[in-house]
Amino acid sequence: MSDLIVIEPGGRDRHYWLDLWRYRELFRVLAWRDLSVRYKQTVIGVLWALIRPVITVLVFTIIFGRIAQLPTDGTAPYALMVFAGMLPWTFFSSGLSEASNSVLNSANLITKVYFPRLIVPTATVVVAFVDFLINFCMLFLLMAWYKFMPDWRILVLPAFVLLVFCASVGPALWITSLNVKYRDFRYIIPFIVQLGLYVSPVGFSSSVVPEQWRLLYSLNPMVGVIDGFRWCILGGQSELYAPGLAISIGVTALFLWFGIHQFRKVEKTFADLI
Amino acid sequence: MSDTVITIENLSKKYLIGHTAVQEGFYRYTALRDVLTREVRNFARKAVDVFRGQQVVQGDEVEEFWALKDVSLEIKQGELVGIIGRNGAGKTTLLKILSRITEPTEGRALLRGRVASLLEVGTGFHPELTGRENIFLNGAILGMTQSEIRKKYDEIVAFAGVERFLDTPVKRYSSGMYVRLAFAVAAHLEPEVLIVDEVLAVGDIEFQKKCLGKMGEVARGGRTVVFVSHNMAAMKSLTKRGIVLDAGRVVCSGTTEQVIQHYLQSMSRAVVPERPRAWGKGKRTAIRDVRLLTTADHQPTTQYVPGEPLVLEVTIDKDENPGISLELILTDASRTRLGLASTYQFHGQTLPEKKGTYRAIMKLEPLWLAAGDYAFDVATSVPSTESWDHWVESAVEFEVQFSNALGHPWDFKQSYGYGSLTLLCRPAAEFLSVGD
Repeated sequence: MSDLIVIEPGGRDRHYWLDLWRYRELFRVLAWRDLSVRYKQTVIGVLWALIRPVITVLVFTIIFGRIAQLPTDGTAPYALMVFAGMLPWTFFSSGLSEASNSVLNSANLITKVYFPRLIVPTATVVVAFVDFLINFCMLFLLMAWYKFMPDWRILVLPAFVLLVFCASVGPALWITSLNVKYRDFRYIIPFIVQLGLYVSPVGFSSSVVPEQWRLLYSLNPMVGVIDGFRWCILGGQSELYAPGLAISIGVTALFLWFGIHQFRKVEKTFADLI
Repeated sequence: MSDTVITIENLSKKYLIGHTAVQEGFYRYTALRDVLTREVRNFARKAVDVFRGQQVVQGDEVEEFWALKDVSLEIKQGELVGIIGRNGAGKTTLLKILSRITEPTEGRALLRGRVASLLEVGTGFHPELTGRENIFLNGAILGMTQSEIRKKYDEIVAFAGVERFLDTPVKRYSSGMYVRLAFAVAAHLEPEVLIVDEVLAVGDIEFQKKCLGKMGEVARGGRTVVFVSHNMAAMKSLTKRGIVLDAGRVVCSGTTEQVIQHYLQSMSRAVVPERPRAWGKGKRTAIRDVRLLTTADHQPTTQYVPGEPLVLEVTIDKDENPGISLELILTDASRTRLGLASTYQFHGQTLPEKKGTYRAIMKLEPLWLAAGDYAFDVATSVPSTESWDHWVESAVEFEVQFSNALGHPWDFKQSYGYGSLTLLCRPAAEFLSVGD
């Protein structure tokens, strides 16, 4: 027989990634479950996915664009620039906050059945991704409204979607594993998300950041992601700051590795700690 | 050996549990100062724990608790092994380790083949989803592939008998329907090793029978099953081998018969607390001591296993007057009187005439008591004058842990509110058709 499972303290599963692959159906089913119950018993249903970012874009456009008179990227409409930044940010923030509570919310599963625990937070990130796609349609409507034509750069966008996915999953996994052990993180997350909205260049263009600080500013992985999104969506109107992007990718990769590492280190104790 | 499916070597599992320090001394109330110092101390301890990356435990004192200690076991291909033990003996912990939900602290276990565990029926059922959707969800959680579920879908639905409600959210189901659907999914799992916790104690009797039949089928199919139950009858009919766990250790391992024997004996050999007797005395007699004894070897006990003869030992002082009868009145937890035993009224026996101290052994016919607490009032009476002489209330108290240790599938409890006696049909009821 081929499948030999060794259970011992501190033992790493040799077949962890294979197991993850085997449980791909569970991953699909959990994501589907979260999606199908998400808007049950709500009146406007999936519109909730649109309302939050649209209103935020509206407010930011008025405050940063009109009142504070911040410059946009090139000649792109301010609202469009904000929306291009809001897209990855919404994905990141909802992915992070939902994933970090996901393990606690499925305590009943975790204490009763085995499966690679990595499935739980990543499945919730997929749910956030569906909202992201819905918002994407909204972006196209907005572009049509402004009669804004994207150029070839939009074809590079999937690469940045992948980047924002990694940028969300890394910290999400790390915080999820901490959250199981120390519930303090439940209170920290909303704070991080709220603060991050202003620290990241969502409501304004990152070109307003003074040149000497830009490299340091790029340590925030979302800076590279948002700049990348704008570069793709707004065509030639937005400049891509290459060293900053490199740093953001580096930080994202580091976080992703660290998140998975930390998560795997503690996932076997989840059932005891939850 | 190639046909060994599960090898367990010195498996141990430690938990940390927190205690709140007991307030000692004269001051029963708590001063703000005490609360503050305690909070500060706890905070300091938690900070140290966090620094060391340890678990945060609530409470003032942390104690280590070994839920399992040095458990070793080998289970071969196609074996059906039952695990029995009191509550808290470590049965579920063992199953949790074997199903990889939690990791052991010491020792190791080797498993061969695809393992499925069933620690609870309906794990992951989502109340908002329909029955149909939950079949797929639950199946995936238990490790079935979607194509497997699709193949067995009709069978599952038929087994559960909920065809009409498949498109209803399960939050609208009755609890019986819910359990049936949940078990139906689980029953169609086809792993090489199946780990089952006490999940048969749900649903109505008809359905339980169906489940037991299904389990037997699984076993005949050459799969390995590890099975925890309090239902000795199910254990006897399903398994050939068993182990008894007590306080995290294997205390007995052998054939099912041996193991059940050992368990029932150990269950009734609970320590009897010694307590001073201040029962006073009657005019002619004084009841000095009353003990419940084990059926097999007449040792003092606090446990009674329904279906076995109930043995009481009563020590009495008496004077030279003849015609004294001894009575026992059985009461349940709510002090409702359940029955009377009398040496004179039912058997025409009185205590010997000679003055002295006597020890009466009274062996009552098997009683089918519901699980719960009971007591005997013990009394002496003088039948000729129709008067009680010495009456001791709750002279001996005892407990029935499981009502069904020797028989029927359902563990009937006093607390359910349907009384304290299990009324059994022997032989089982007969149903004669007298028309359509």
